[in-house]
Amino acid sequence: MSSTKFILGLFDDPDEMMQGIHKLQQNSIPIYDVYTPMPIHGIEDKLGIKESRLGYAAFLFGCTGFTVAFSMLYYMLVHDWPMNIGGKPHFAMPDFVPICFEWTVLFTAFGMVITFFYATHLFPGRAPRVMDLRATHDRFVIAIDAKGNTPHADITNILKEAGAVEIKHNDRKYVSYE
Amino acid sequence: MASHSESIIREPLITGTDITYAKISDDILLPVENKPTKAWWIGFTVASLGALLWIVAVSYTFWFGIGAWGLNKTVGWAWDITGFVWWVGIGHAGTLISAVLLLFRQNWRNSINRSAEAMTIFAVICAATYIVAHMGRPWMAVYSLPLPNQYGSLWVNFNSPLIWDVFAISTYFSVSLVFWYTGLLPDIATIRDRAKGITRRIYSVMSFGWTGSVKTWQRFETVSLILAGISTPLVLSVHTIVSMDFATSLEPGWHTTIFPPYFVAGAIFSGFAMVQTLLLVARKVLGLENYITMFHIESMNKIIILTGSIVGVAYITEFFIAWYSGVEYEQYAFINRATGPYWWAYWSMMTCNVITPQLFWVKKWRTSIAFSWVLSIIVNIGMWFERFVIIVTSLHRDYIPSSWAMFYPTWVDVSIFIGSIGLFFTMFLLFIRVLPSVAMAEVKLLLKGSSEQSKLKVLADGHVEKEQAEFYKESLIKFDSVELAKYKKS
Repeated sequence: MSSTKFILGLFDDPDEMMQGIHKLQQNSIPIYDVYTPMPIHGIEDKLGIKESRLGYAAFLFGCTGFTVAFSMLYYMLVHDWPMNIGGKPHFAMPDFVPICFEWTVLFTAFGMVITFFYATHLFPGRAPRVMDLRATHDRFVIAIDAKGNTPHADITNILKEAGAVEIKHNDRKYVSYE
Repeated sequence: MASHSESIIREPLITGTDITYAKISDDILLPVENKPTKAWWIGFTVASLGALLWIVAVSYTFWFGIGAWGLNKTVGWAWDITGFVWWVGIGHAGTLISAVLLLFRQNWRNSINRSAEAMTIFAVICAATYIVAHMGRPWMAVYSLPLPNQYGSLWVNFNSPLIWDVFAISTYFSVSLVFWYTGLLPDIATIRDRAKGITRRIYSVMSFGWTGSVKTWQRFETVSLILAGISTPLVLSVHTIVSMDFATSLEPGWHTTIFPPYFVAGAIFSGFAMVQTLLLVARKVLGLENYITMFHIESMNKIIILTGSIVGVAYITEFFIAWYSGVEYEQYAFINRATGPYWWAYWSMMTCNVITPQLFWVKKWRTSIAFSWVLSIIVNIGMWFERFVIIVTSLHRDYIPSSWAMFYPTWVDVSIFIGSIGLFFTMFLLFIRVLPSVAMAEVKLLLKGSSEQSKLKVLADGHVEKEQAEFYKESLIKFDSVELAKYKKS
């Protein structure tokens, strides 16, 4: 048995890579993941990846921000210490608008980005789990788990046919660990 | 699919015929991966001397109090708030480019958004330093926050636009920072994977472990879109609130409802001028002519004409309303602006902001790099005068003639202003050394559809209507980075 853990198909063109994905899917070879130096539009549908729900999270964070800001202003200006400013009403709602708006935006931005980092396991100092160092530079990489039943030579041929410029049989999953 | 060729009649966003994905990274990372050039060192030395001057002048202010400035009991705000509004305004173009142009799917933003956002962040830092400095006792800044205190908790007055400004500027700064840094992650990962040793370790920490997997990119794009969606009203709100610092007062010359839209237009106007000032030099020095092309320069100049014209209309409207309102004080404030002792400031503003930008209607001038650069500086000067006119000339003639006064800046005023420019350029020069000044991943997206070489291929295929092909070739004449010779023979 070979010691290959992952087979990588490296493409220098995104369209050829999409062709490679198509060919692999036709041959029922499961794709582990795809690493690209830029976002590829339409790849989610091709790989059957569900739409991101970050938008809903962002909306809820926005609602939270608005509620927090409004409650804070109400508590401070109306409930805790109503100040008499020229006899004007304490509960002056138009004056609440700017700060409620700013905090809606602030909570949305931070909440959503933190959720994104959490869900994607991104944080400062995380060891990058990179399969090929050129995947962030100029190569579009399809990674296939070598554990499957398909003979490795067949996978290699399919990738080659689709136009892969290089095919790697890696013994280690990630190359980035020192 | 990643590549669908766009209409041939659109100008290319990447010029050059030998561009590959690898070349994009190589070109853009050239200043990051190599030792700085002589030009960089000269620039950095000058800028950091300016920053040093800023440190001296601000320290002097903190030590002796704001009596070190030329303020008097009539003119209580002068160069400090002028500088603050000027810098915040400059910041607006970065968010406009990265957020508003993203929502409008203007792909030309992809190669300028990174440096423009960096400019936003540094400009807002400069603006914030003015706010802290003008408090005189900066440790009192904590009282602008709604924190429990020993006065039974006496909270801040949330009815005041100055407090709204604290919230607006801090939100604007932190959201811009998050937007900028999230966008940087894939590019930092590129540097990481190309580097060795200690550099790799540093960029590895900074890259948050970015891999570029499908799911990461998908979420990244969702996050970018939503951040753009919320940054758009945010950027409009920030200068609106800055303008309310003036507009909600009862001061003649300040108390006008036109201020919010007028300030926002002015902010975008001055911001784009600063983007031009920076990028026209940066593209040359960093060798980015193929990515920041004449099309980008011309597009920005068109925005400068538009916003400059809005600002011009606002100036005239203000004058008209002063007359139409029938309020004597308002009328006097405006006549005094144009003909009083500060007439030179008013007419500098009018010339720099209203008249000179109209020269960009001439195509030859708006596609000239030297002309665009000079004009961008003129706009920056004009926008500084605009804030000076609004602030100082409105204040200097108080209601009682015995309180009339003039404002004379001291060396500290001047040093803080010049120093803040030095601080800004120091930060910008450091940025282009350590981080990619163009969003590589986003530029790579344009390579297959909107580059000169992909359009050449479309032309070679010959399925293009003749007039359209001619139109396209005509449009290339203005580019300084396109070899026209190869279009002649066909």
